[in-house]
Amino acid sequence: MRWLLALLALALSAPTFADSNLPPAYWSDRQLPDARQEAEAQALMEQVRCLVCQGQSIADSNAELAGDMRDLVRRRIAAGEKPAAIRAWLVQRYGSWISYKPTAEPAAWPLWLAPLALLIAGALLIRRRIRR
Amino acid sequence: MSRAIRFAPLLVLALIVGALIWRLVTPSDSSVHSTLEGKPVPAFDLGPALDTKPALRSRDLATGKPHLVNVFASWCVPCIAEVKVLQQLKARGVSVEGIAIRDRPEDLVEFLGRNGDPYERIGSDPQSSVQISLGSSGVPESFVVDGAGVIRYQHIGPVETTDVPMILAKLEQAR
Repeated sequence: MRWLLALLALALSAPTFADSNLPPAYWSDRQLPDARQEAEAQALMEQVRCLVCQGQSIADSNAELAGDMRDLVRRRIAAGEKPAAIRAWLVQRYGSWISYKPTAEPAAWPLWLAPLALLIAGALLIRRRIRR
Repeated sequence: MSRAIRFAPLLVLALIVGALIWRLVTPSDSSVHSTLEGKPVPAFDLGPALDTKPALRSRDLATGKPHLVNVFASWCVPCIAEVKVLQQLKARGVSVEGIAIRDRPEDLVEFLGRNGDPYERIGSDPQSSVQISLGSSGVPESFVVDGAGVIRYQHIGPVETTDVPMILAKLEQAR
């Protein structure tokens, strides 16, 4: 039994080795000294999707690549780059998928129009009931 | 109420169940594709990953002949199997260039010593910055870059033995 447990623990330990041996990037878990810049970086990081844990933002994710992306965002903000420009740079590489902020692209039109259409349909339905 | 409309909820249910079954049978592709295919490699200048091997710059790729740029790491398990396939490609005359993600020289020496070394150059990318600028989302990934330095194809995941003819064809097209 003890052997079995030990083997099971060994089998489950594999993810420990799935990361690199390097320490996290400098700015990955460190706030920028300028509070306004840090707030800008934080707001952007919450809207950038993690490439590894795809349901999370890079602000939430513990993946190493997310840490490297936080480092990249903070470095660029500290260098004076605008958050919109950094977002555009990322979208240029990974597509609009990378950003959680809804876009106005034609693919997203049904998302914007569906609530309006449903509201109108509901209003028409109610009007017909009241008239009756 | 007409007879047909009574069956509407059943129809809706059937549609939902159908959609669920369809997604179970064909799971969605969760890999992230770079949108840089067909565009030039972003300019980069990586330091050498090893003392014994030249570093990798984007300039080294626009040399008039196609290159296979492999994004890898010594700590990446699928890379162990892939590096052997890359050696087969090298034996067929392919220039294989490496970008080592978050790696240490001592780990790389051990990795290449144990599994073989197909790389002409290896650039060290300790903060994944070039990886991100390429639109790559993990290791291993490979990019077919043509002689003008334009990305022609992105291969997500390890290049396997069965992929060799396809990769060779992509490199031929990029000539």
